[in-house]
Amino acid sequence: MLEASGLGLSAGGHELIGALDLALAPGQCWSVLGRNGSGKTSLILALAGLRSPQAGTIALDGIALAAHRRGELARRIAVLLQDEETDFWGSVLDYVMLGRYPHSRSTWSRDGEGAALARRWLAELDLADRAAQAYRTLSGGERQRARIAQVLLQDADILLLDEPLQHLDLRHQAQVMRTLSRCASGGKTVLAALHEPGYAARHCGFAVLLYDAGRASLGRSSDMLTQANLEALYQCRLEAAGTGSFLPS
Amino acid sequence: MKTVPVLVVALVPASLALAVAFGSVDLGPAQLADALLGRGDEIAREIVWGVRAPRALAGFACGGLLALAGALLQALLRNPLADPTILGVSGGAASGALAAMLLGAAAAGVNLAALAGASIAAGAVFAFSLGRSGWNPYRVLLTGVALASGFGALVGLMLSLAPSSQVQGMLFWLLGDLSPAGDPSAALVVLAACAALAFSQAAALDVLILGEDKARSLGVAVTRLQSIAFGCATLATVAAVLLGGSIGFVGLVVPHLLRLAGVHRHGVLLPLCACLGGSLLALADTLARTVVAPAELPVGVLTAMIGVPVLLVLLARLR
Repeated sequence: MLEASGLGLSAGGHELIGALDLALAPGQCWSVLGRNGSGKTSLILALAGLRSPQAGTIALDGIALAAHRRGELARRIAVLLQDEETDFWGSVLDYVMLGRYPHSRSTWSRDGEGAALARRWLAELDLADRAAQAYRTLSGGERQRARIAQVLLQDADILLLDEPLQHLDLRHQAQVMRTLSRCASGGKTVLAALHEPGYAARHCGFAVLLYDAGRASLGRSSDMLTQANLEALYQCRLEAAGTGSFLPS
Repeated sequence: MKTVPVLVVALVPASLALAVAFGSVDLGPAQLADALLGRGDEIAREIVWGVRAPRALAGFACGGLLALAGALLQALLRNPLADPTILGVSGGAASGALAAMLLGAAAAGVNLAALAGASIAAGAVFAFSLGRSGWNPYRVLLTGVALASGFGALVGLMLSLAPSSQVQGMLFWLLGDLSPAGDPSAALVVLAACAALAFSQAAALDVLILGEDKARSLGVAVTRLQSIAFGCATLATVAAVLLGGSIGFVGLVVPHLLRLAGVHRHGVLLPLCACLGGSLLALADTLARTVVAPAELPVGVLTAMIGVPVLLVLLARLR
């Protein structure tokens, strides 16, 4: 159980989130929605223990995040960052295998079990035939899937994902969302910052909406993702999409 | 893929053998073999064991240290153009050494002054870059580059003030020269210690390539890792500079050569950098001693003259 209470976050002098109480339980899948600059990334970095919040506390199983050892935390919480250095010289499989670091960090050992798991996640994300290819030569969307495979290989209880669908085509957007919601039904906690309310409604049972000026509301997706709420959230009129707009079935 | 490590490791005894076999005095194969076995002519034995062997090992230690430091800095700063000179340590050492020469100090005094200059430079880089929230790689780069150009100005000033009789000795120091290297055993110990320490952090350095936040989220103690690796790179650079002056391009080019050959895991890359950097500098120094024998070229001139085209070819291939 990852719990934030009285959480206050700001960036560049702007208050992003004020006094947010959030409890993420095993088996739950959460979406985080909000306009650009509303604090989605800051929330994920704080929940991952990578930024100290300006106010409030974040606790994992009742113990403050900062009191956990880094190595132990890495086996409990995995995070997909929005931006990442891409100057990696090895193969796609080598890249994904870095996700095994919390479990097997010996330089000498050949981690056969890890490699088998890595290949399974690569296959799940349609990258099986890319395992031996140089990571640098992947397209943006393929890199994104390799990065997600690395996060999944980390095999943490809590998955925090900042825009997991960026750069992905329709087919792979749906595939990643299905994989994430399967992780949640398998007992993991999933929280993903998304820009697609349709996927949030279909795959995530819960939603956090980040409004301007530090306001946030959260609850079941069925209650939160109403047309009125989303129009207020994105500050634009919405209409049911007709011809030419598709979601994968 | 497997052949690269084998070739690089095999190059170590081969380069050392060549460095011992060739020099300004031409020893025939029979005389050389006798001297190596400790038999025969005393002068030949002295040339092989007293002059060439220590010089070959000094070149090896110096090149290994520089390449190791370069690989560590490229990983830490995630900048492919990082090399040992960006720490400002070379410039600090050069300023110290030249100041001592200008004051007429003996070789020991010059070395001591170089060490003091290097320590001041390293201390300044560390003081400006290590904040409460850990290391700031951009500040390391900026401080190092600023210090290097400051020391460059200082070196220019001393060169213009120095009497012409001293200028040549100063130039050799600045260009990198192994002829006054002397006993290489201390540098070899530093090389072994730095390589072992860096190797122990190899898996964490692999993860650090993904960026500091990602590495933290994977359980790497990032600040501690950076302290160890920066410390290691600084120590290696100081030891190399004290031995051979400012020898350029080994630290920049050797890690890239290995990466282009498919070696990217630091567990393999770091030891191979030590081997390849050492071998290449031992070979370059053999050339420096023999091409214009009995005179010598500063080895730094050769490494730059070989290193610049190699780097340009690499850059063309990367495009």
